[in-house]
Amino acid sequence: MANQISDEIIEYVGILAKLELSGEEKEQAKKDMAGMLDYIDKLNELDTENVEPLSHLFPAGNVFREDVVTNGDRREEILGNAPSRKDDMFAVPRTFN
Amino acid sequence: MELLSLSAVELGRWIQSGRVTAPDAVRAVLDRIDRMEELYHCYVTVDREGALKRAREVQEKIEAKELTGPLAGVPMAVKDNLCTKGMRTTCASRILDNFIPSYSAQAIENLERAGAVLLGKTNMDEFAMGSTTETSFFGPTKNPRNPEHVPGGSSGGSAAAVAAGECFFAIGSDTGGSVRQPASHCGVVGMKPTYGTVSRYGLVAYGSSLDQIGPLCRTVEDCAVILEILSSGDGEDRRDSTWMPGKLRDLVTALKQDVKGMRIGIPRDYIPENGGEGPDPQVRKAVLEAAGTLREAGAVLEEFDLGLAEYAVPAYYTIASAEASSNLERFDGIKYGYRAGGAQELHRMYKKTRSEGFGPEVKRRIMLGSFVLSSGYYDAYYLKALRVKHLIKKAFDAAFARFDCILGPVAPGTAPKLGESLADPVRMYLGDIYTISANLAGLPAISIPCGSDDKGLPIGLQLTGDCFQEKKILQIAYAYEKAAKGGNKV
Repeated sequence: MANQISDEIIEYVGILAKLELSGEEKEQAKKDMAGMLDYIDKLNELDTENVEPLSHLFPAGNVFREDVVTNGDRREEILGNAPSRKDDMFAVPRTFN
Repeated sequence: MELLSLSAVELGRWIQSGRVTAPDAVRAVLDRIDRMEELYHCYVTVDREGALKRAREVQEKIEAKELTGPLAGVPMAVKDNLCTKGMRTTCASRILDNFIPSYSAQAIENLERAGAVLLGKTNMDEFAMGSTTETSFFGPTKNPRNPEHVPGGSSGGSAAAVAAGECFFAIGSDTGGSVRQPASHCGVVGMKPTYGTVSRYGLVAYGSSLDQIGPLCRTVEDCAVILEILSSGDGEDRRDSTWMPGKLRDLVTALKQDVKGMRIGIPRDYIPENGGEGPDPQVRKAVLEAAGTLREAGAVLEEFDLGLAEYAVPAYYTIASAEASSNLERFDGIKYGYRAGGAQELHRMYKKTRSEGFGPEVKRRIMLGSFVLSSGYYDAYYLKALRVKHLIKKAFDAAFARFDCILGPVAPGTAPKLGESLADPVRMYLGDIYTISANLAGLPAISIPCGSDDKGLPIGLQLTGDCFQEKKILQIAYAYEKAAKGGNKV
């Protein structure tokens, strides 16, 4: 493989992705990512020097609308999906020590 | 059996004429599901009581002449990444396995308003990431044409349910071929419309610049009718800012058996003569025979060089993974879905929840996406892919200056056997080579059956049109279907 993924990169990407990988998963991820990047490097065969990156296929602008409330009170439906709640709030583990 | 082999539109006519009632149709499908589901596993959730109750309500409205549309009373299945109010919506992932939406996707609201009856939610690759429906947390779906094979993916449950007679039509989503490829593998019709024509409100996002909702069904007529309803709605509705209302009106007027003088291009790199990197020889042969049928019907066919096909897949996986890594940030174990136990601190809880909640393919794409978006790599990978996307778009613009439609295969081969695909991701991704360009360039594309291989596995023909030219490809697909003797029956 042309691309080599270091432990530092996998560690860093894990932080960005909010994923905790086991030792075995990390080794696999290094291999998978290197393989994919080798494949993606094929794009470098194309000269894109004077080509703009294309994000939107159609002319896109901001779409404005009045902020009007159209839905009713769905508190119970929404909180009903919460893994943990306290009264009418989402409960989470502590954030600071 | 006769009832279950009707197309959606035929069933709708039977219901309107009183030959059969909506509850009868639902009961017939539920009976079929009872008999076949253990083998095929098309569904994640089947809502018997809800479907029967809804069918009775719809029947009353039909009898009161309040519902007169073509899909009134027709039972449908919906991919499990489209939100359905009050009905579990899992994306076939552990991380959402108990999520019950408080709203329905706009596309599903449209169908329900037209009187279609929701049977349940279909199996899929986890978060639509996969080409075989094998990455589902709930286990794979089997191909009803041969249960030792996969149904394709990611809308594999939807395609299989249509093929197995476990619904009359189904809805899927297509980010890189996820409607068209399983339609091809299961021998049904599937279509991805132009980007932006169907509201994505309520579709759980994977690659937002690529995702589109589309139908899987038995005939081209069904496809036109369903798509018209899927895309309908009020221009004041601003729940998806990329949605362009009113672009797909009167599609059924395109169902004419006439292709005289229509110009159809066949990209040479989709059907190389020496085999090489091209599709399986049997696929190639079936596709060229279909082209011959259209030529006999009066279309003008021409081979041409589209180019860039080999760059579509790496560009796609860069862009789709980048968008996925961002879209899937929201799954953090707080507002809905799975939360890992035992974490004492917020950030540890996020990481543990996501690590336990996502499967390997989803993690692989989130990792890759996070990497290509990270500072230092963003220009080299993500922006590079967007530049290549621009080149691909230009190549299609040039092609559509010459042609009404581009014809080719849907997939390089027929459905692989279960268990043979996941070990080599890059090889699996290459299976999307003919479908992915339509997503990158926003184009409408349809998959229709055009024969089968020596094992009896279906082969799909793909017709791709220019943006908003749905009518042209529906017209050609309809003419082909009639010339090749007909829609696909169970």
